[in-house]
Amino acid sequence: MLEIKDLHKSFDGLEVLKGIDLKVDKGDVISILGSSGSGKTTLLRCMNFLNSSDKGTMIFDGESYDMGNISKKDIFNLRKKTAFVFQNYNLFINKTAMQNVAEGLIVARKMPKEEAYEKSRKALDKVGLSDRYDYYPRQLSGGQQQRVAIARAIVSDPEVIYFDEPTSSLDPELINEVLNVMRDLAKEGRTMIVVTHEMNFARNVSSKVIFMENGKIAEEGSPEDIFEHPKQERTAQFLSAYRKG
Amino acid sequence: MDSRIIEIIINAFWDMLKQGIVVTIPLTVISFSIAMVIALVVAVVQVANIKVLKQLARFYVWVIRGTPLLVQLFVVFFGLPSIGIVIDAFPSAIIVFSINTGAYASETIRAAIESVPKGQFEAGYCVGMNYVQIMWRIIMPQALKTAFPPLSNSLIGLIKDTSLAASITVVDMFMVAQRVAAATYETFILYCEVALIYLMFCTVLTKLQTYFEKKLKD
Ligand SMILES: Nc1ncnc2c1ncn2[C@@H]1O[C@H](COP(=O)(O)OP(=O)(O)O)[C@@H](O)[C@H]1O
Ligand SMILES: [Mg+2]
Repeated sequence: MLEIKDLHKSFDGLEVLKGIDLKVDKGDVISILGSSGSGKTTLLRCMNFLNSSDKGTMIFDGESYDMGNISKKDIFNLRKKTAFVFQNYNLFINKTAMQNVAEGLIVARKMPKEEAYEKSRKALDKVGLSDRYDYYPRQLSGGQQQRVAIARAIVSDPEVIYFDEPTSSLDPELINEVLNVMRDLAKEGRTMIVVTHEMNFARNVSSKVIFMENGKIAEEGSPEDIFEHPKQERTAQFLSAYRKG
Repeated sequence: MDSRIIEIIINAFWDMLKQGIVVTIPLTVISFSIAMVIALVVAVVQVANIKVLKQLARFYVWVIRGTPLLVQLFVVFFGLPSIGIVIDAFPSAIIVFSINTGAYASETIRAAIESVPKGQFEAGYCVGMNYVQIMWRIIMPQALKTAFPPLSNSLIGLIKDTSLAASITVVDMFMVAQRVAAATYETFILYCEVALIYLMFCTVLTKLQTYFEKKLKD
């Protein structure tokens, strides 16, 4: 469904992605692990064109795109097939939970308001916020804000959802309410790419785990492969650091 | 205080207030409205990084902020006629105050837009919106909220600055004060009196500002 080939990205001469290849099938839940600065965020942002790429090919639904030289129109159309959940939620500060979820449908997809709000209601119900429709972001806890962000992501029924450390800004007691929602989405067969430090999620929910190191994919495989029999020394070190911590 | 002075004070009060209402306030309101339009355009052109327009915008802000308001009034009203462009005093004042306040306000609005977190933009893009939609529906409402107190400040500044229009023959509140002062020699009392009327106007504006700021908060 979605494939990335030989993706390169530098910031001011510093190469941050050094040739990433990634294949995503429908229904995949891919967890991306790796230490801070290894390029995980940049990879997701390049895939959604929030950062430009220097070089690379994206194949989405059989169409091929040159990531280093892609038109605004293509970016615009590709973004409508995807959704993004940020580490710090990035809810629209001036909009209620309901408006946050409906905004993209009404403004970008020109959906009639009634229909958009109906869908948004369902999305908010699904993430357990049926009593928070009219709350503004500042009136919600971090966990609730991130669930609104997830509702905003799923409401357009995207083909793939990118999550960039969705629980890293949350207080420990709020992490599970978000992870549970994500687990439900995985069960429904949503295609998700999740940068995370939640090893239990990576181990138990994902269909595939990728370990990134220094701008490259150092190792990838099933959760069993990565967690039980890592081939690379660095992967083992990284995981054991987490087990201890 | 003898009754002559009291009479002067009372007569002058109504004359000044009347001129305040028919000249000073319209001058302020019209100029400020035009200034807001200029400021929005000049700010957005810069934030959106539109090539030539951005340079023009910077140039405009640089020139206007770098020259005295009184000199600008003189250039338009006394200067332009010598190159064949004659504009009446009141429209001259409107033009200068609009352009002047517009330059300062554009910087206020630009800063307010830039203070909106970048993530707001990115979230907008990720739900499929385009630049204009995000700007209009997400960024601007937040930026204008931030810009409201400093813009109120500019408005309060402007109502006082309109007194400079008297120097290009606009018969505003201050001009009335000058005329009565010249005729009665009661300069101290009359200039203090007109100052009080400005203070009155500004107090009303300050109260309004406080009220709306509170409203914007919740
Ligand atoms: N906008 C940017 N400008 C310059 N350098 C950046 C920028 N974004 C990320 N980087 C650099 O790219 C590297 C990878 O960052 P990132 O993708 O955020 O890593 P991760 O998400 O794995 O922690 C880091 O060295 C970081 O400093
Ligand atoms: Mg990151």
